[in-house]
Amino acid sequence: MAQQIQVALLGNPNTGKTSVFNRLTGLNQKVGNYPGITVEKKEGICALSRGKRAHILDLPGTYSLNASSIDENQVIELLLNKNDRDFPDVAVVVCEVENIKRNLLLFTQIKDLKIPTILAINMADRMTKKAISIDIPALENALQTKVVLISARKNQGFETLKTQIEQYKNLPMAPCLDTTVIAPEYFERLARTYPGQDLYKLWLVITQDVNFGKLDRTGVSGPISFQTESVATLKKLQQKETIKRYQFINNTLRNTLKVDKANATDFRSRLDRILTHRVWGYVIFFAVLTLIFQAIFDWSSYPMDFIDQTFAQMTEWTKANLPAGDFTSLLAEGVLPGLGGIVIFIPQIAFLFLFIAILEETGYMSRAVFLMDRVMRRFGLSGKSVVPLISGTACAIPAIMATRNIENWKERLITILVTPFTTCSARLPVYLIIISLIIPQQRVLGIFSLQGLTLTFLYFLGFASAIFAAYLLDRFLKVPSRSFFVIEMPNYKLPMAKNVLITMVEKTKSFVLGAGKIIFAISIILWVLASYGPGDFNRAPEIIDAQYAGKSLSEQERNTAIESYQLEHSYIGIVGKSIEPLVSPLGYDWKIGIAIVSSFAAREVFVGTLATIYSVGNDDEQTIRNRMAAEVHPMLGTPRFNFASGVSLLLFYAFAMQCMSTLAVVRKETNSWVWPMGQLFFMTTLAYIVALVTYQLLQ
Amino acid sequence: MTTVAHMQKGQKGIIRDVDLDLIPLKLLEMGCLPGNEITLIQVAPFNDPIYLDINGSHLAIRKDVAAQIHIDLC
Repeated sequence: MAQQIQVALLGNPNTGKTSVFNRLTGLNQKVGNYPGITVEKKEGICALSRGKRAHILDLPGTYSLNASSIDENQVIELLLNKNDRDFPDVAVVVCEVENIKRNLLLFTQIKDLKIPTILAINMADRMTKKAISIDIPALENALQTKVVLISARKNQGFETLKTQIEQYKNLPMAPCLDTTVIAPEYFERLARTYPGQDLYKLWLVITQDVNFGKLDRTGVSGPISFQTESVATLKKLQQKETIKRYQFINNTLRNTLKVDKANATDFRSRLDRILTHRVWGYVIFFAVLTLIFQAIFDWSSYPMDFIDQTFAQMTEWTKANLPAGDFTSLLAEGVLPGLGGIVIFIPQIAFLFLFIAILEETGYMSRAVFLMDRVMRRFGLSGKSVVPLISGTACAIPAIMATRNIENWKERLITILVTPFTTCSARLPVYLIIISLIIPQQRVLGIFSLQGLTLTFLYFLGFASAIFAAYLLDRFLKVPSRSFFVIEMPNYKLPMAKNVLITMVEKTKSFVLGAGKIIFAISIILWVLASYGPGDFNRAPEIIDAQYAGKSLSEQERNTAIESYQLEHSYIGIVGKSIEPLVSPLGYDWKIGIAIVSSFAAREVFVGTLATIYSVGNDDEQTIRNRMAAEVHPMLGTPRFNFASGVSLLLFYAFAMQCMSTLAVVRKETNSWVWPMGQLFFMTTLAYIVALVTYQLLQ
Repeated sequence: MTTVAHMQKGQKGIIRDVDLDLIPLKLLEMGCLPGNEITLIQVAPFNDPIYLDINGSHLAIRKDVAAQIHIDLC
């Protein structure tokens, strides 16, 4: 078989690059991470003629090679490193037909790296409607490359594109811009210092360090330092480069691109007028949010119930049909409840990613950002914080990664710090089970269920604490930063079902696999800790028999007594007992204490832990809720989960930073342990105090 | 000569000068360069940010940055 051609797909954001990628690779793609950093790496295989194949790498969208974020940095890293396994034989720059001028900036930069570069003009099907005409041969001649008109939406032009990829060796390599014209003197000096090196590449490596402060810098190998110039001078030169490139582009397009402006449709401006209206804009925005939350809670409850029942049945079947022993017990009491705890989140997460993908694809998200910026700025946030705060209701991890396009470091940092307050889906199972225990199933005003209102209140509390914390941080954080805010307002588009579905499936998959591993591992560890113990643990039957000597116990009563004695003296029981003094002022016993400690890794583990703790040795297949309701306070004889301890638990989970993965992501994104540790300390302290005060007042 | 921050909705202008020290490079890359045409499309509620068409690029910026872009109205 012939060797694979390495293809890198590049382009500005909003050019339909991902659609082009999906067209080229179909479902033959995989999404991973670049080693050590949280930038998504999308790659796939595309079949060419005569059994040849191309390996397509979809690089993050970028406006230029002057990186200002970790995603953009990844593009430059790859293009500068000839030894990288993924270094492209040929680059395909995707540009949008209505924005050719701006898109060409990136094209000329890549061309100047002397990589064979094809220009693919996407959305070419709109040319007639927009009255755009392009003189392709003249453009090819001016840019010294092949230009292909494509339409990902209509699936046009892809055969030509594939042919050009196959014949990449025929592409001219001449650069567009002579680098030295930017600043003849500077580049002459550079050439003298590093003889024989490519000047443009050198220039990129040097300026890379300017834009890339210590902040985002991870794993960049900068072998060359050219410290004779100040940062300000280099920035000036970068601006000069941009201006020179635009001069070249303007000259090129003057004779090759014709746009009849009179013919431009004003569908966009009409829609903009409504969606960014000072009244209707907000009405629509909140209507959209309501719809999303409805979907997450109402619609996903059906598949969730189904998953819940399926796992209960599987557990029952395992216990009934497999020979008794450690293995069966591990399966039924450790593995299955653990797996169930992950799988049950899939519907909610999938719905959330589905809606976010639709909002991004249609172009509405930018309008929401535009609308909310002024309001959010009052609290030290940016309009762009809207996306992370909404995504935070699914999971703080993708939400914190979504803060990358906030240009202002202080606003970005505050967004990262407050996002974990929003009610993520991992809090939901904790909320649901406790609400069902302590809030009566009543209706308020005839229509609202009291339980539903409580849940709504907790969501509101999450947003309110995030906003309030942002306000405080804005007051007290002294972080020097400049107020930059640039957001592209893309054209409205109908979302392509294929794109939306692929995004949803990929994001959900990576969440489930990522978080799933932790939850799964913890449930097995818990099972081991709860099923074994030192000393007295193994003598439980004798001790119980001695204790109840003379009293007649039924076989079942005897087993229950043995098992609860064993749990108390298992390794986990010992841990729980030792932390009991710390949690009893909040209204919790040692079992809840264990659940809280183990859910430090991930909140949803709380329910799983209680499920594991209560199901170790519990044979009747009651639901976890019933078992919790049956728990009794040993001294008072009242139910363990009463109103006071329940509310205290709800509030504890509303505020506590119970998620290791989030801490890890915050560490990565801020490149410092200070912020995640501060987050952990403040949120946990706040949670403890609020829970303490609540319990003591309500008790 | 005035600045983009002072434009009214629907007005057009030609960029004369941008304060290179106070303008993010990204804005230049998106076409905010002297000689290019600029149109104010929409102003957000509370008068900030503003939504512009610069040389065919549609984007939104805040007023503090807009005040650094000097234009001639046309």
